[in-house]
Amino acid sequence: MTWIPEPARVLRVHQETADTFTLHFDVKTGGCRFTPGQFNMVYLFGVGEVPISISGDPSEPEALVHTIRAVGTVTTAMKSVKRGSTLGIRGPYGNGWPIEEALGKDIIVVAGGLGIAPLRSLVYLLLNRRSDFGAVTILVGARSPADIVYRAEIERWRRRADATILVTVDHAGRDWTGEVGVVTALLDRVPIQADRTIAMTCGPEVMMRFTTRALVARGVPSERIFLALERNMKCALRFCGHCQYRETFVCKDGPVLRLDRIEQLLWQREI
Amino acid sequence: MMEDLERLLREHDFLKGLSPEHTRLLVSCAKNVRFASGDFLLREGAAANTFFLIRVGHVALEVGVPARGVVQMETVGPGDVLGLSWLIPPYRSHLDARAVEPVVALAFDGTCLRGKMAADHELGFWLALRLFEKAHARLERVRLQRIDVYGAP
Repeated sequence: MTWIPEPARVLRVHQETADTFTLHFDVKTGGCRFTPGQFNMVYLFGVGEVPISISGDPSEPEALVHTIRAVGTVTTAMKSVKRGSTLGIRGPYGNGWPIEEALGKDIIVVAGGLGIAPLRSLVYLLLNRRSDFGAVTILVGARSPADIVYRAEIERWRRRADATILVTVDHAGRDWTGEVGVVTALLDRVPIQADRTIAMTCGPEVMMRFTTRALVARGVPSERIFLALERNMKCALRFCGHCQYRETFVCKDGPVLRLDRIEQLLWQREI
Repeated sequence: MMEDLERLLREHDFLKGLSPEHTRLLVSCAKNVRFASGDFLLREGAAANTFFLIRVGHVALEVGVPARGVVQMETVGPGDVLGLSWLIPPYRSHLDARAVEPVVALAFDGTCLRGKMAADHELGFWLALRLFEKAHARLERVRLQRIDVYGAP
């Protein structure tokens, strides 16, 4: 982990959807070792720095991958980044998904929208080390078929016989032959052995509220439900307080947090 | 044959927990039906006198929107129920329901089912409560859909 941005050259830019793109970076010797769920501060020189989850394969630390949605000043400016551009990277920061705790358990991953980005590195790990886990279920929700991030890759995952991968969209025309409906509806489609299940979810906060409620209703205890929160992070070092979620600093204590430790806050407005 | 149908009823998620006596009462209202991909199970505005329990395949709930074409609202699949309008006057469907792949379902005659529910209030209460749970869950899903959570923050 570094406190100073390291220059990193962009090797490839891939447009995922109309407003979302993936940057593949060339990182120096040793690569960027990370735990799935961790993030880097990505600096567009002269514009600003933003926290972005690491979306690559943790077994390939030499290939640093970030998927970015153009929504604010910095991320919109990042749309102009091209192959050969240099950005600053510092990190990785945060705690990541609870891999050790998940060993031997059934895993349910619920991703909503760009929430698939911090979960993709976890999915790589689950599929690469398939025998280390029980049943693996991955549920993906998006606004429409055109908004599915990593669509081709998800299709490849779906061909695997050793994992259940379901995709749904909130709205679709007749040309879409998959599921239509909110991602929580997919939870009704899959068997859950609550006593041996660990669930991990990421997406818009309201989607995670509905998802955690549905998981608890299916019997999954809140101490085995983990969610990745998104907050306005500046220092990423637990100093500035921008990301503070009452006593929790999302940059350092999170971004992955256990439901039972924050569920009272989830229902409060303006936190 | 009737025993087979009774077993299919017992095995469907929606009827799990219903007493054997009440399950047997429902058999006379039910039949096993199949639809090819593209077939319509319900048509918007048409008389609604069938209640479906989906066993195999997926069905799209659709509505035609002027200038936008057909919009899929939701898909339902194995274990789900399809059709609530058979219970509520004037018994007209509010949506199209189209099989998006081969579908196998249990189809209940709405008039027969309403008669059984009226004649046996214990059965009627049980079914009404289960249908309310399904309607409540769908309302929750529609709320989340309506919020458009993946839109611009």
